Amino acid sequence: MRPPSQGEAVLQEGIRNDAILSNSPGFLNRIYFILFIYGREQYLSAWLFGVEYSIFNMHRARITEIEQSVMTPRQIYFDHNATTPLHPEVKKEMVAAMEMFGNPSSMHTFGRQARANVEDARVRVAQFMGADESEIVFTGSGSEANNTVLSLFVCGSSQCIPGMKQTIITSRIEHPCVLETSKCLMHRGVGVKYLDVDPYGKIDLQQLDDLMTDDVGLVSVMMANNEIGTIQDIAAIAAIAHRNGAYMHTDAVQAFGKIPVDVRSLDVDFLTISGHKIYGPKGIGALYVRKGTPYCPFIRGGHQEKGRRAGTENTLGILGLARAVDMRVAEMEAEEDRLQAYRQLLREGIEDRIDDVFFNGHPADSLANTLNVSFPGAEGEAILLYLDLEGIAVSTGSACASGSLDPSHVLLATGVDAERAHGSIRISLGRDNTPEDIYTLLDVLPGVIRQIRNMSTAYMKGGIHASVR
Amino acid sequence: MLQSGEWAYTEKLKEHFMAPKNILQGDSTDDFDGVGMEGNLQCGDQMLVAIKVDKEKEVITDCKWKTYGCASAIASTSILSEMVKGMTLDRAFNVSPKDVAKELGGLPDHKIHCSVLGDKALRAAINNFFVRNGREDRVRKEQAKIVCQCMNVSDHDIEEAVIEGARTYYELQERTKIGTVCGQCREETEVLLEKFKHIHFGA
Repeated sequence: MRPPSQGEAVLQEGIRNDAILSNSPGFLNRIYFILFIYGREQYLSAWLFGVEYSIFNMHRARITEIEQSVMTPRQIYFDHNATTPLHPEVKKEMVAAMEMFGNPSSMHTFGRQARANVEDARVRVAQFMGADESEIVFTGSGSEANNTVLSLFVCGSSQCIPGMKQTIITSRIEHPCVLETSKCLMHRGVGVKYLDVDPYGKIDLQQLDDLMTDDVGLVSVMMANNEIGTIQDIAAIAAIAHRNGAYMHTDAVQAFGKIPVDVRSLDVDFLTISGHKIYGPKGIGALYVRKGTPYCPFIRGGHQEKGRRAGTENTLGILGLARAVDMRVAEMEAEEDRLQAYRQLLREGIEDRIDDVFFNGHPADSLANTLNVSFPGAEGEAILLYLDLEGIAVSTGSACASGSLDPSHVLLATGVDAERAHGSIRISLGRDNTPEDIYTLLDVLPGVIRQIRNMSTAYMKGGIHASVR
Repeated sequence: MLQSGEWAYTEKLKEHFMAPKNILQGDSTDDFDGVGMEGNLQCGDQMLVAIKVDKEKEVITDCKWKTYGCASAIASTSILSEMVKGMTLDRAFNVSPKDVAKELGGLPDHKIHCSVLGDKALRAAINNFFVRNGREDRVRKEQAKIVCQCMNVSDHDIEEAVIEGARTYYELQERTKIGTVCGQCREETEVLLEKFKHIHFGA
C-alpha cells in the first residue's frame, strides 16, 4: 500500500475532528436503532415500562430523524462555482436587516440607519480587496459590473471619457457576459482582439504585448476561470496594459473570496466581484473603480453610488455581501488548504478508479476548489443527470446541457478536442463539503461512467466500426 | 416555495434514461442482420442500431443499440428500439423523429436534434440488411436536393438548421448562409422552412 498523500493526511485529521464534533456517538446510535426496531412493533405495551419508556419518548424525534435520513439520502452539492448556499451568518444578518427598510437616500432616521449600514458594508468590502471605500460601486450582479466596464467604450460623450481609445483586448475564455458584450461592442464600432490560451488555460503575455497597439484602451482578463479554475497573472497583464497606456479590468468573480485579491498589488483599474459566489446573496455585485479612472454609469437616472449606478441601493444584498466578506476573512485561508486536500484526493481517486480520464486546467495555478475532468466516451449531460439521480450535483461544459450545440468555449480554447469537451464535468467544492462527500462521489462516479460507456458507441473497443461500413 | 423543480424532460423519457432498454452488450455486432451508425463524436451525438430480421416476413425481431450522447439521445434510442420490434422493414423505415419524440411524451425544442439520429441509424441498418442479403435494389438512399446553388445548401441542411433552432428566414441564413449571394432560392427556401417547422415542431 502506498503511503498516505498529504491530502489524505489532512483529510484523516478532518474525519477525526468530525467524529469528535459529532453529537451522536456510536453507542447512542445503537440504542436509537434498537428503539427504532421495537418502535415499529405493535406490542409496545408488552415491553415498554419505566426507564425505557421515558427514553423512548425523549428520543422519538431523533428516531424519526434517523428514519428520514435513511429514506432521503443527503444531497451533495459540488457546484460552488455556479452558486453557493448562504453562509448561516449571512442569513442571520439578512433576516435581521429585513426589518430595516429605510431608503439610504432619505434624511430621516429610517434613511440614516440604512445609509450608515450601507456605508459600513462598503468599508468592509473595500478593505478585503485593499481598496478605498470610495472606489466601490455596488451593482446588481457581477455581469452588470462587467457590462459597465466594457460599455465605457461606446460612451460617445466627451464629458465622461475624453479621448477613450476604441479597441479592447480580452481573452477567449472569459465569462459570456464579457464575450457577448464584446461581440455587441464590435457591431457598434469598437475593435476587439482576443487572447488565446495555452492547454492549461493561461494567456500568453508575449501575445498580449504583440497585440498592444496604440488604439487599445482596455485590457479585460478574468482572474480565475469558472470552468477550469486556471488563475492568470493579473499583475503582469496589468503592467503590460499600463505600459501601453491602456486601462486594466479583471473579472474576479471566481477568484474573490477563494484566493487573496488585492487591487493595489494587482494594480488594476477595474475589478468585478459577486455576492452569491462567496456564500452571500444573489443579485448583488460590486465594481472596484480606481480613483481618477474615467467612468460612465451603465444605469442612469439617480445620484446613488455617487452617480455611478442609479437605482435605490439593495440594502439587504449589500449587507449580506459585506457579511459574506467578513466570513471570507475568517475562513478563506483554512478552507483553501482543506479544499486543496479534497481536490487532491478526488483527483487521485478518479485516476485510480476510472480508466481513460483527462484533467483540464492548470496543474498548479488553479483555484483549490475546482476540478474539471473529461471522460471520453461519456457525454457530460448524461453524467450530470445520472449523478443527480444519486443525489450529487456537478456541472458540465457539455453543449447538450446548455441547449447550444457547441461544447464549452473554454475547453475548446485550451485546445481540447470537441469529444473530450463534450465529455467533461466540473466538480467545484465549497465550505459545506465533507470528506464523506468526496468518498461518496468516488463510490458512485465509476459506476456511472461504466454504465454510460457501456452504452456508448464512442467507447467500443475493437472493430465494430469496420462491421458497420 | 416549491420543494423540487421539474426535470427538463418527461417522466417517460426519465424512465428510459434511468433504465435504458436493449443496450447492445459488448463490442460485437456479429449476431445481427443489419447494422447502421450515424452522427459523430465531435458533434456530441452518435448512435448505432443493430437489428435482427425475420427474413421471410421482413419483420424486425430484435433491435439493440449503442448511443453516445445526452439524456434525450439515450432515451430516444432506447424507446426507438422498443418501438420497432415487430415492425416490418417498410414501416420501420418510415419512423420519423417526430414519432420518437411523441412516444417520449415530447422533447424540449433544443433537444429535438438529439433524437434525429436514432431513426437515421435505423434506416442505415435496414439498408445494411438489404446489402448483406444481396438486395441492393431495395436500398433507399436519402438524397439531398440542393436548394441554394450559390452556397451549396441542401434541403437536408435546411431541415437540420430548423431542428437546431432556426425559425425565420434570417436565422436560417445565419446558420446556413442560404440565399446570401443571388437570393433566387428565397421562395423555395421559405416553403421548406415552413414545412420542416411543421414536421418537427407542429408550427
